[in-house]
Amino acid sequence: MTPLSGARIGVITFPGTLDDRDAARAVRLAGAEAVALWHADADLQGVDAVVLPGGFSYGDYLRAGAISRFAPAMTAVVDAARGGMPVLGICNGFQILTEAHLLPGSMIKNDHLHFVCREQSMIVENAKTAWTNQFQAGQRITIPLKNQDGQFVADEHTLDELEGEGRVVFRYDGWNPNGSRRNIAGITNERGNVVGLMPHPEHAVEAGFGPASAEGPRAGTDGLAFFTSVLSSLVGA
Amino acid sequence: MGRVVVEVMPKPEILDPQGKAVVGALPRLGFTQFTSVRQGKRFELEVDGDVTPEILAAAQEAATTLLSNPVIEDVVSVVDATEVPA
Repeated sequence: MTPLSGARIGVITFPGTLDDRDAARAVRLAGAEAVALWHADADLQGVDAVVLPGGFSYGDYLRAGAISRFAPAMTAVVDAARGGMPVLGICNGFQILTEAHLLPGSMIKNDHLHFVCREQSMIVENAKTAWTNQFQAGQRITIPLKNQDGQFVADEHTLDELEGEGRVVFRYDGWNPNGSRRNIAGITNERGNVVGLMPHPEHAVEAGFGPASAEGPRAGTDGLAFFTSVLSSLVGA
Repeated sequence: MGRVVVEVMPKPEILDPQGKAVVGALPRLGFTQFTSVRQGKRFELEVDGDVTPEILAAAQEAATTLLSNPVIEDVVSVVDATEVPA
C-alpha cells in the first residue's frame, strides 16, 4: 500500500510486545508508512509519531512497563514527546508511558484479579488530542480490551487535575472492566500530544476483523480514527 | 560478599488486589485470625566486597527509581543484610 500522507509512524517492539504487527497494519490502513523501531536502538529514524503497542514487555516483571521505560528507544521517545511529537501508548504502552512519567498515575492489577478480554464501549471525552481529533466529544466507540493490570490509579489531587484540565480522554461506558478510578480508560498530557489508553484501537481498523458494530459482526472500525487523527494533526502541524 | 535488602510495599491508600485475594484464601485453610494482608516485594542486591555508605546510597537510589514506582509504592527499608560468618 502506498502511503497517502507521506507521514512516517514508528512502532516500537520490546521483548514481549504482542501487538506491534497489528499497530503497524493500523498505521498503513490509515494511510501512513509504518516504521519498525527496536527497543534497544535509540535512533527513532526521523519518524513523525510513535506508537507503543500492547503486550507483556519483559514479561511484566517488576511492574508492567517498568523495565521497558529504561530502554534506549524510550529515552529518545521521552525527549521527542517533550518536544511535541505525538506518542500513543496502548495497554502495555500506556503502562510504559506512566512508568516514564510522560503520563501521571499508574496501573495495578484489575480489582477482580481476572484477565479480561471483551469488546469495550467507551466515551470519547476529549476530541482535541493528536490521537482523537477525528472523533466527536461525547461519542461512544467500541474497541477490544484485554488486560490483567488495567486498573488506573492516581491520588485524588491528580485525578481532580486530570478532570479539571480535560485530560481524561476516554471513560469506560457501562461496566468498569478493571476498577479504574473514575472509570478512566485513557488520559493525555497537558499538550495533548501524548495519549495512553488500556483498550486496543489497532484491533478495530478493518471491517471483518473488528468488534461487533451496528453494521454487523466484526464490522467495527472505531479504532481507525486514532490513526487518521494523528495524520490530521501532523498535516496541521 | 555484601548484600543489601530493599523492601517495597504498596502505598496504604492503594488497594492491594493481590493481598485481598490472599486474605480471602486464608480462612479456607483454617486461618481465620488474619483480617488483612498486604503483599509487597523484597529485593536482595549483592555486591563484591563490603556494603559501604556509597553502596547503600546507590541502593536507595535504585530503590526509588527502578525497584519501586512512587505513585503506587513506598520503599519501606534499604538495609545492609550482609551475613556475618559464624
